Amino acid sequence: MQIIIATTVVLALIGLVVGVGLVYAGKKFHVEVDERETAVRECLPGNNCGACGYAGCDAVAAAIARGEAPVNACPVGGAPVTEKIGAIMGVSAEAQEKKVAFVRCKGSCEVTHNQGNYIGIPDCRAAALSGLNVTDCDYGCLGFGSCVQVCPQHAIKVVDGVAVVDRRKCIGCGLCVKACPKGLIELMPESKHVAVQCSNKDRGPQVKKVCSAGCIGCMLCTRQCEVGAITVTNNLAHVEYESCVQCGKCAEKCPAKVITMPVRVEV
Amino acid sequence: MKSLILIIVGSALIHNVVLNQFLGICSFLGVSKQIKASASLGVAVIFVITIASAVASLLYDYVLKPLGMDFMKTIVFILVIAALVQIVEMFLKKTAPAIYTALGIYLPLITTNCAVLGVALTNVQNGYNFIECVFSGFGTAVGYTLAIVLLASIRTRIREEDLPEPLRGAPIVLIAAALMSIAFMGFSSLAF
Repeated sequence: MQIIIATTVVLALIGLVVGVGLVYAGKKFHVEVDERETAVRECLPGNNCGACGYAGCDAVAAAIARGEAPVNACPVGGAPVTEKIGAIMGVSAEAQEKKVAFVRCKGSCEVTHNQGNYIGIPDCRAAALSGLNVTDCDYGCLGFGSCVQVCPQHAIKVVDGVAVVDRRKCIGCGLCVKACPKGLIELMPESKHVAVQCSNKDRGPQVKKVCSAGCIGCMLCTRQCEVGAITVTNNLAHVEYESCVQCGKCAEKCPAKVITMPVRVEV
Repeated sequence: MKSLILIIVGSALIHNVVLNQFLGICSFLGVSKQIKASASLGVAVIFVITIASAVASLLYDYVLKPLGMDFMKTIVFILVIAALVQIVEMFLKKTAPAIYTALGIYLPLITTNCAVLGVALTNVQNGYNFIECVFSGFGTAVGYTLAIVLLASIRTRIREEDLPEPLRGAPIVLIAAALMSIAFMGFSSLAF
């Protein structure tokens, strides 16, 4: 009986000492944590995808609280998150529309003349490094799906040799943009749909030789556009998404039908 | 001095905490995806186990043994180690933020690592004195770090390989860990 009591007392004493020690240490070593940091962290999606360029949501929350990152630093959360964080930080949210990835190539197996001589690791980056051809077009999608591999949302799929983005699943993190060795993928505002689905900077005849769906730089679209949102540089048309009113006239006139209204693709 | 070196070699290689005593398997498999993360965890484990062995040894020698309460050592060690890690974390956060950010999430995680408790208990069972306990703890933690960094390196290589579908993911990691364990059995011939 005595040993039970002794044990209980000693254990309670150790517990007490430890507890008091913890409380004391908590007071003594207290570090001021910005309470806004905790609040901001709670608003973030918590995927830790790293699309903001910081090491996870905790890091970007700390940066926002310190004022080093803008309140719209999280590209994934989009407007709703920006608004919440803006309220916490006392900054009126700079409106930022959610962006989605768009693959600027339409060169499926049907329209390009596939005479590639690349045999090797089935990976876009490896194929691009090898210097060999996968398709005749030097600019087009290689179709090995490096973008598919990096996509955290499984929103990209290679359909008939060309990567296609499912705009519903896309969170606009931009990882595929970095992964594509051909630089084919860009981020465009989710509400805009008119875009040029080609990246070939060669002259018209050369483009026609390798792909029947390529931009030949004929400038017809620029004349159609009433707001001057479409320009041709280096034999390649490009839409300024900011000013585009999405009338679709350029798409109608395009002889190669390379300006498209990208629609949602079932993946 | 010679016996201390023997203790370090013995606890790091011959009685490797993960591959021979099967303690701390959970973090061994869980955090070994990347070499950098596993190395950080390893450093944190070295830090915590060394301190925990020292404190546990003092507590055992000067409190539990004189009072004849050997049988309570497990519970007391759990209590003290958990609190110790908390205090160390607070202390580091205040005085050495650089170390704190480097160890990051791993420091609190280690509280629940059975290897820490295992080392403290083995030390006591072997009847080590204070200095021996510290060295044994350090050696064990070095062994843990060695094992987890090796496994992380193997895993980064495995990821590049074209494996049969059923082996991908956890199965191949377990096989790799098992082979490592067999390889580490070779060190038992070092025992003398």
